[in-house]
Amino acid sequence: MMGERIGIEVSQAIAEAAMLSNVDVVAAYPITPQTHIVEHLAELVANGELDAEYIPVESEHSAMSACLGAVATGARTFTATAGQGLELMHEVLYVASSMRLPVIMSVANRALSGPLNVWGDQSDLMSVRDTGWIQIVAANGQEAVDNIICAFAIGEDRRVLLPVMVHVDGFYLTHVIEPIIMPSQEEVDQFLPPYDYPLPLDTEKPVTMGAFAPPVLYPEAKKAQDVNLRGAMPVILEHWDRFEKEFGRKYGPLEHYRSEGAKTLLLTMGSIGDTASAAVDKMRDEGKDVGLVQLRLWRPFPFAEFRNAVRDADLLVVVDRAISFGGPGGPFCSEVRAALYDEEKRPKVTGFIAGLGGRDITVAGFEEMVARGMEIAETGAEQEYEIYGVRE
Amino acid sequence: MSKKEDEITWKDIEIGAIVTEPGNTAEYKTGDWRSQAPTYNFDRCIKCGICQVFCPEGCIEQDAGGYFIANMYWCKGCGICARECPTGVITMVEETE
Repeated sequence: MMGERIGIEVSQAIAEAAMLSNVDVVAAYPITPQTHIVEHLAELVANGELDAEYIPVESEHSAMSACLGAVATGARTFTATAGQGLELMHEVLYVASSMRLPVIMSVANRALSGPLNVWGDQSDLMSVRDTGWIQIVAANGQEAVDNIICAFAIGEDRRVLLPVMVHVDGFYLTHVIEPIIMPSQEEVDQFLPPYDYPLPLDTEKPVTMGAFAPPVLYPEAKKAQDVNLRGAMPVILEHWDRFEKEFGRKYGPLEHYRSEGAKTLLLTMGSIGDTASAAVDKMRDEGKDVGLVQLRLWRPFPFAEFRNAVRDADLLVVVDRAISFGGPGGPFCSEVRAALYDEEKRPKVTGFIAGLGGRDITVAGFEEMVARGMEIAETGAEQEYEIYGVRE
Repeated sequence: MSKKEDEITWKDIEIGAIVTEPGNTAEYKTGDWRSQAPTYNFDRCIKCGICQVFCPEGCIEQDAGGYFIANMYWCKGCGICARECPTGVITMVEETE
């Protein structure tokens, strides 16, 4: 039976993607704008549609801790959070990746306090950049659903064994009803092998998990972890290829839109890419040589694919939705610059920070940022960052 | 793992740094954490073994003569044995190099 295209709220679709993936355990704490995901999961467990253990914990710190215990027993485990909740989980996120426990988590990206703000941006995403998780950023509801399913295949693969975050923009995606092709149970069962952790908690074969490592061992453990995360790249690509064969939808580390040969490239992550693509169409109609590259795989960072994608451009207009306070401006832009530093011929880079705390970025906004980037580049200059649209 | 800890390479690290070999904590030398060491006046010792029961490190062993003595490979010098000894056998003294 083939999947069916239906109108469904993205949060509900994410919950159902976890159900189709046959999760055994969900431990989660509700927080805006992730709430609809975990409410729907609780509902699916309560009404018997999903045969799983739902653990209603008292905090996000507990949610992630409970997830680690569940994954370590060999149970397929899912959770979701957002913004402040992700911050409260923070220390446990490092434990998940360093212990190589493949928890799959959806993050409904949200601004961080203060001032208190529940709306969408990518401040929370950037704050967990270095936690050692594989991080996939969805640009729309279909990508969110498909990549939740892929995340289980990737994270649980014995060559990987790492937790995976699937980022979805809070409200812009979580609270929007989109036409989404929901895969059928048969298709997902075909695609997703059962979870089989190589060293599960087992009284017959006791192991110590989460032991400490003194200075004589810690650096070896950290190098092993980094090599493992970087080495996950070909396996991620392999599962995306497999997904394409099964479902006909193609995913890669980057998404290109009218970018072939373009001299100016807009660079985005997440749902703003859809608006940016409309801006690209408009600018193309006006004869401007502008394309769009969206980053889908944030960790491990796809250095080779990225350098290749921007090779022929003269100017990059990078749009961040987070600030690195007192640092190099936007975290995405600073990584873009770092990735290009050693290149002999590299495009000029102009950074913009926009859309903070749910401020909309419109088609006109992207046009203005591109125009401003071109203006700066024409003078021979570059730009670390500018916070676009702030009232002076 | 049969290698000594300072010979283990990053490639030898088990998945998630899981410890698959039970009891290897015994290889970890905690004796160099010590700033004080127990000394003994066995004239007063009644061989009751209370020091052994209270030792949080589990490093007090009974010798051939039946006296209880801390193994300095693991003894962290916490002084609990000296505090608990009912006859005052044990005195903690500053460690010197």
